[in-house]
Amino acid sequence: MKVEKQVTSGQLDFTFTRRAVFVGGVQAAIGATVAARMSYIAVADNEKYKLLAESNRVNLTIIPPRRGWFIDRYGKPIATNRADFRVDIIPDRLVRKDETIATLAQLLTLSSDDVDRINRELKQAQGFQPVQVADGLDYERFAAVSVRLPDLPGVSPRQGYSRFYPSGAAVGHLIGYVGTVSAEEYQKNKNPLLITPGFKVGKDGLEKTLEDRLQGEPGAKRTEVTARGKIVRELTTRPDIPGKPVQLTIDIDLHNYAARRLGLESGSVVVFDCLTGDILTMASMPCYDPNSFSDGIGRIEWKMLNSDDHIPMLNKALQGLYPPGSTLKPMAGLAMLKHGVDPEETVTCGGGYRLGNRVFKCLGRHGPVNMATAIMKSCNTYFYSIGRRIGYDNIAPIARELGLGQEFPLPFPSQRYGTVPDSEWKMRKFGQKWTESDTLNAVIGQGYIISSPFQLGLMAARIASGRNLLPEIIKKNRAAPTLLSFPQEHLDVVRKGMDLVVNGAGTAVRSRLQLENIAMAGKTGTAQVRRIEGAQRGQSGAWKYRDHGLFVCFAPVDQPRYGAAVVIEHGMGGARAAAPIAKDVLTFLYDREQAMKSLEALEAGWGGNIEQRMAAKYAAFQGQPADPPPLDPTG
Amino acid sequence: MNSVVPAPIATLPWRVIFILTALVGFGATVLYSAAGGHLEPWAGKHVARFLVLLAMAIVMSRLRMEFWKSITFPLYLALIFLLIVVEFLGFVGGGSQRWINLGIITLQPSELMKPVMVLAAAWFFDRLPPNRINGIDAIWPIAALLVIPSALVVIQPDFDAAIAYAFGLGVVAFLAGLPLIYFIGAAAAVAILAPLVYFFGMKPYQQDRVLIFLNPENDPLGAGYHITQSKIAIGSGGIFGKGFGNGTQSHLDYLPEGHTDFVFATMAEEWGIVGGFFILGLYVLLMRWGLTVAMESKTRYGQLVASGLTCTIFFYIMINLLMVVGLAPVAGIPLPFVSHGGSSMLTMMICVGIIMSIERHPGAKRGQFS
Repeated sequence: MKVEKQVTSGQLDFTFTRRAVFVGGVQAAIGATVAARMSYIAVADNEKYKLLAESNRVNLTIIPPRRGWFIDRYGKPIATNRADFRVDIIPDRLVRKDETIATLAQLLTLSSDDVDRINRELKQAQGFQPVQVADGLDYERFAAVSVRLPDLPGVSPRQGYSRFYPSGAAVGHLIGYVGTVSAEEYQKNKNPLLITPGFKVGKDGLEKTLEDRLQGEPGAKRTEVTARGKIVRELTTRPDIPGKPVQLTIDIDLHNYAARRLGLESGSVVVFDCLTGDILTMASMPCYDPNSFSDGIGRIEWKMLNSDDHIPMLNKALQGLYPPGSTLKPMAGLAMLKHGVDPEETVTCGGGYRLGNRVFKCLGRHGPVNMATAIMKSCNTYFYSIGRRIGYDNIAPIARELGLGQEFPLPFPSQRYGTVPDSEWKMRKFGQKWTESDTLNAVIGQGYIISSPFQLGLMAARIASGRNLLPEIIKKNRAAPTLLSFPQEHLDVVRKGMDLVVNGAGTAVRSRLQLENIAMAGKTGTAQVRRIEGAQRGQSGAWKYRDHGLFVCFAPVDQPRYGAAVVIEHGMGGARAAAPIAKDVLTFLYDREQAMKSLEALEAGWGGNIEQRMAAKYAAFQGQPADPPPLDPTG
Repeated sequence: MNSVVPAPIATLPWRVIFILTALVGFGATVLYSAAGGHLEPWAGKHVARFLVLLAMAIVMSRLRMEFWKSITFPLYLALIFLLIVVEFLGFVGGGSQRWINLGIITLQPSELMKPVMVLAAAWFFDRLPPNRINGIDAIWPIAALLVIPSALVVIQPDFDAAIAYAFGLGVVAFLAGLPLIYFIGAAAAVAILAPLVYFFGMKPYQQDRVLIFLNPENDPLGAGYHITQSKIAIGSGGIFGKGFGNGTQSHLDYLPEGHTDFVFATMAEEWGIVGGFFILGLYVLLMRWGLTVAMESKTRYGQLVASGLTCTIFFYIMINLLMVVGLAPVAGIPLPFVSHGGSSMLTMMICVGIIMSIERHPGAKRGQFS
């Protein structure tokens, strides 16, 4: 055991001094550490932190580019951008959802249909993908939301542009519409532009297929913001570069007229320029209004569109397929001439044609008819008889040469091409041999053969011009179309027949143009929707079982400039439903006043123009229960 | 003595007054800018408060050291009592409470305990006979002095205060000559106990603070936001800063607590590291003053109190600056004399006042008769 060392106060004094110096040293060391660390942050990492401070301070917002316009062949606007005020919700930043929506509904006077749509879209939306609340707002309502912004986290009011289609529903199927990017599209390409409020992409029609041309380059706006997102001031702004305008071959006045003239019918009008193949008009009605569609579709509107048996979601000009009926007779005539049939050869029509023990009926007893008369009178017996003689395998190639069953490289999301049958096709499709009764059906445009109104219009234009017209929707300079394989005298015979249909003693004499020096030639068609049973000829009964009415035509007769087709679903007859529309549409090209007068008289009876009728219909649907629409109705 | 300046003014501790005035003045400048070029709400109050408290410190400096010695233990007991009162009030009020509202001022006993802890420790070591310094008698009383108030603040819960008590008491014990083995042992114990405290003793928000300190970039928008923004402010200031009134981090509210705990970052953004070195330099002078007073004091109590209180001030400076530059976890400790805030300045000025008193009354050497 050691003796414990005695400690004196002198020793403690000494210890204190020593340890105090040590403490001072530790303090100095810590001070030096702070100084070194501070210098490192501020000198070595200065650039990095400057950048971070700058990115704190400066908020970069993307300015969605204005979409390129659609203009018609004369430069008239078809789709434009309208400066407007809009309000969106950014789901990720939304705090009190129900409260916020209720406040917005009150401030913006939203309908219950709108609120319902917003709620549904919010449920599906992901992260920062904006959900549109309203656009096209006036300044007062926009300002009402803007001033309450601190209490409405997640709400983004913006000044921007929205798509505007001056023609409304008339161009819905042609141009399509725009909408916000879907979640899948954003997953594929995580471009922040896609989820910028106010940015829309094409969802259907040309808006969709020409997206790359129309989109343009986004701009950027730099603002100084506080940590809470309050804007202090605006810094430099780089403007957007709008998408390039697209000039279409469409004559928008003619197109709008055709759409209006279709009236209450479900049908389509296609008009071609016989010199170039340009599509002047491609109207399909009824149709949704792309203006309201671009804002997101409400329940009521969706129900209204879906419950309509006239199928407003379908572009009937390109996607509707119909038996062409007698409109194919001029084509059959060309095929017969090509295979050596003398146009003056007559066939005596006794009201029908016997094949084996079956009688194929004609619409009348035409007596002896030559080719032109047969076209004029639409005599089935003549075409049964001669068609059977040359065989359908010799007619089908001519149908294809005139455009039936053909696919065209047009920028539309979907086209249907129909069928031009022959023996090889039937064998492939059904494993059966072609029969003579198949020929008899096909030659009058029934049976297996189906085509779109677009193809029928092109056929009329090709017969009228004798040239291999290639359809085009985007205006450009093109080489003159080459000649088809038909000699002039063959074309003359067929055109004469079509002339007589309207201007002779044919089936469409009531639709003769009321113009000096300009006459229309055409061919009516009436296509059965179902097999004729007994006396029922598809001329009465339920709408959906009635015959389709078709009409192909061109004008002027002597110097064809325009070729067209009109197809009216369940119109009961070409002469009755389709030819009068063709007459007015072609009249519009030469005498607008006369055409408008005729249209206004009709619209008075229909309950107003397209817009007025749709508004009335929407009002009638209001208050009815409805199922929610899908997010992407065309998908 | 035949100066034009009257004696009572000439004998004021001008050195420390100058240092403090420079710190407070610069602090007020920064607060003025942080308020967007206004005296309200911080800078004016900051200066006014300093002037009042400086007067209080000068009054304190007139009191003899024996007075401090005599009231040390009663003061300690009174604060323990107040800590219990606060705890009781918090229990009644349904939540943690740290202060007593006296109408004109709010009294925060846990804050006042910081300098009193130093006084109490110095008082004890002064009474302890020198030859007992190595024995068990030197240990248990200071352990008791520390544990009772620490336990009371930990249940508030205020870990920062408990650590400050331990630091103040530890420094005094170290300077009093307690064997080194205790300090080495304590350091080893902390190394072992720290993980245990972290996992079993800390509330989730305290655990978060530690985790975020270890890796602030993990959570730049959440709890790591403070440190990240502070570093951005200092780093973007560079050498000479962005200029007076041009700090974006503070003016646009990216830097939280830019007028209190993170005032150094607010300053560094506008004044750069030049401003930072200026403040550090003033602190060096302040520490040197405090330790010089301690060394020159003739009494053991005076030595220990002056050095202990200097280290209490240093503790604030150290924790705050290490936090602001991202070397310590976020703790609610302001920067002495620069940050806006009344209760911390009161504590600091109490420390300064007592040190001034010791400077004025160095006393006589032990064993001598005065």
